[in-house]
Amino acid sequence: MVGAAGARIGVITFPGTLDDRDAQRAVRLAGATPVALWHADADLHGVDAVVIPGGFSYGDYLRAGAISRFAAAMTSVADAARGGMPVLGICNGFQILTEAHLLPGSMVKNDHLHFICREQTLVVENASTAWTNQYAAGQRITVPLKNQDGQFVADERTLDELEDTGRVVFRYDGWNPNGSRRNIAGITNERGNVVGLMPHPEHAVEPGFGPDAAAGARQGVDGLGFFTSVLSALVAA
Amino acid sequence: MGRVVVEVMPKPEILDPQGKAVVGALPRLGFTQFVGVRQGKRFELEVEGDVTPEILAAARQAAETMLSNPIIEDVVNVFEAEVSA
Repeated sequence: MVGAAGARIGVITFPGTLDDRDAQRAVRLAGATPVALWHADADLHGVDAVVIPGGFSYGDYLRAGAISRFAAAMTSVADAARGGMPVLGICNGFQILTEAHLLPGSMVKNDHLHFICREQTLVVENASTAWTNQYAAGQRITVPLKNQDGQFVADERTLDELEDTGRVVFRYDGWNPNGSRRNIAGITNERGNVVGLMPHPEHAVEPGFGPDAAAGARQGVDGLGFFTSVLSALVAA
Repeated sequence: MGRVVVEVMPKPEILDPQGKAVVGALPRLGFTQFVGVRQGKRFELEVEGDVTPEILAAARQAAETMLSNPIIEDVVNVFEAEVSA
């Protein structure tokens, strides 16, 4: 058992990662201790969970996430994830998790071919994963979205399986911003410890810096629930 | 010096947004003959010596593990390139 205050959440930095500091800040605001992890270091330094943040690792030159998947840290993350450790992949991190085969499907270029940056409303479909247990099923949350290769694709059999087993965690609400199959914004593995999504919860954790909300401009903190969820999951474990 | 070529294409059932953009632009330049475009990738792998069967096999393995993602892409060709002097 891990006390929430003592939880240590690793955040991996790859060459080209952009959102590692934001993810570390989100971890701190949720009440845990962020631990900076380096892609070339296989040692995860005893962290209780890992966040793979967004950015453009290795410039996305081969395919988004394709080269990062082979990093020493990712081999350790894959082993730990199969052992039940919570892992969250955000945007490029989601792409890395699919390339590493820890989550099914893949991401291709947005159907409209444009980079997109907007405040995106999501429907929480699965509120029982390690990263979503502080939300309610059906709840709508608003977090920033920014990507170019955000179109989630998988074959029909995989999509049916994701739906039938409750592994669609988030769907785009209203407009589908990148043409993702069945409006899927985020998914989980069978065990519910590995979650990946394209939008960025770590950019909606502190009043004054997040999306607009009912409370006022930039007051949205809907993303904080990811990080309090994992603390809750760790305490319960 | 030898060279192995690896060609990777998006799977037929995957919508190829880049190909779609190109096929939309071609008629604007007067190329009205083409009704479909798919955009893929060509990799050229260089080796110091000759391309042996072992090197071709390694190139095939690299093509399937790293150069392509089997969920969205097919490796359509792996072959030794003609090296011009």
